[in-house]
Amino acid sequence: MAMLEVKDINVYYGAIHAIKGISLSVEEGEIVTLIGANGAGKSTTLRTISGLLKPKTGAINFLGKNIAGMPAHKIVREGISQVPEGRRIFAEMTVLENLELGAFTRNDKDEIKKDLEMVFGRFPRLKERITQLAGTLSGGEQQMLAMGRALMSRPKLLLLDEPSMGLAPLLIREIFSIIVDINKTGTTVLLVEQNANMALSIANRAYVLETGRITLSGDAKELAASEDVRKAYLGG
Amino acid sequence: MDFAHQLVQQLINGVSLGSIYALIALGYTMIYGIIKLINFAHGDVYMVGAYIGFAAVTIGNMPIFPALLISMALTAVLGMLVERIAYKPLRHAPRISLLITAIGVSFFLEYTSMYFVTPTPRTFPEVIPNISFDIGGFIVNGQQLMIFGITIILMALLTYIVQKTKLGKAMRAASFDTETAQLMGVDSDKVISMTFCIGSALAAAAGVLVGVYYNTIDPLMGIMPGVKAFVAAVLGGIGILPGAVVGGIVLGVVEALVSGFISSTFRDAAAFAILILVLLIKPSGLFGKNTNEKV
Ligand SMILES: Nc1ncnc2c1ncn2[C@@H]1O[C@H](COP(=O)(O)OP(=O)(O)OP(=O)(O)O)[C@@H](O)[C@H]1O
Ligand SMILES: [Mg+2]
Repeated sequence: MAMLEVKDINVYYGAIHAIKGISLSVEEGEIVTLIGANGAGKSTTLRTISGLLKPKTGAINFLGKNIAGMPAHKIVREGISQVPEGRRIFAEMTVLENLELGAFTRNDKDEIKKDLEMVFGRFPRLKERITQLAGTLSGGEQQMLAMGRALMSRPKLLLLDEPSMGLAPLLIREIFSIIVDINKTGTTVLLVEQNANMALSIANRAYVLETGRITLSGDAKELAASEDVRKAYLGG
Repeated sequence: MDFAHQLVQQLINGVSLGSIYALIALGYTMIYGIIKLINFAHGDVYMVGAYIGFAAVTIGNMPIFPALLISMALTAVLGMLVERIAYKPLRHAPRISLLITAIGVSFFLEYTSMYFVTPTPRTFPEVIPNISFDIGGFIVNGQQLMIFGITIILMALLTYIVQKTKLGKAMRAASFDTETAQLMGVDSDKVISMTFCIGSALAAAAGVLVGVYYNTIDPLMGIMPGVKAFVAAVLGGIGILPGAVVGGIVLGVVEALVSGFISSTFRDAAAFAILILVLLIKPSGLFGKNTNEKV
């Protein structure tokens, strides 16, 4: 059984039908990517999985439990953590406070300390800025903070919404290698990206989203090689 | 009495009055920070706090400090009930509905109280010895010392809660970005409820202190201080806790100076003059960042 199974969900914003019957699955240990153009519904899909939005119909099974309609603050406790689009760090709080909030669901002080060190190990730049207000970090550092914050809940599944957004190519490469690393140490990843090239290069499988529907899916390497995907998303 | 002497004396009076505004303004600003509601009923919550304190002292024969604690606890529950019953169902409604509901709650508290306690003002018994201290020629009375002391303790406690505890961090996170706070596992409904709890307890403390200071309470006593605490919150920058404290103190001092040096008739006008000036010159308040957000 897949770790995450999204079955035929429909999501609306008022009268706008944003997600039109999407099904997808993520196996434990995988990196799965969801790619598509602006407004395709990638963020809506992630936000529905994390509980910020409720699907009108359909089921979302995570580790065998239907979590569709469960409030977001409970879904984190089930083991899903989201890095939202645009990072959404708590700008008026310090780097440390942001990370502490990431561990909000936990009470195991010693283990939290260990995870803090783990995050600083992955993102040494954050360690140097522990008491700095998060709003004063650079874009890349904010992305690292958002990822570190999400890791602090010890998620089984990490949802990443456009981690490359607004970053310089060198930094994008760094962030992606960190994603691979996080995955290798046992965290399953569902990655939303517009940067399809990069996403397909690290993913096991991929889904292509177009105006609220999945139009293609399969092995990431095969999709990267396919004519249709190359034309639409990889610039030839 | 020379000018300098009178000035300092008015400052002492102003700071004690201002402490009370600050306690009320803190609740305003905390609630605004988290659900963007100007809680017009907040002044009436303060009034209920004063009556509970009054009942504890007169009917319950309690000394002032236990009475204060009881009033804070019961009023905190009242604040949470108001939120649960009147505001929570409107979580996704337009802000104007929430605002109008708050006005409704305000009238409800005023006139329900009037039904039970009658509109006649009550005289707060003398709960602390009526002594005054002559400090280098300046008169500070026992009530004022009590107001300073309790205000400082409550503010220290609030600062600790907001800065150091998990609840405080959740409150700050939810005020800044409710949705992302939820992604961290913060139950925003619970945080909102706790905000009303704390804000109402502070208002209750202010209500009891005012009863002790001015000796008289009545069911409409919350209207003016409510409006003024709102001015104080706007002056400091609404949503900003230290701003509410500074705004409250500044307002109290200005009022004391106006009544001391000009005429007490203009005391209330001072608050509104300040409100107009702030809105004209720096709508985001003393501590606010200059954003284009609508207040
Ligand atoms: N809050 C909202 N209210 C109404 N419509 C919305 C809202 N958020 C998104 N939509 C609509 O839903 C559709 C999908 O949006 P979504 O944000 O999921 O796209 P996306 O694939 O993440 O795009 P991008 O790559 O630009 O982030 C779009 O047509 C968008 O206009
Ligand atoms: Mg998006």
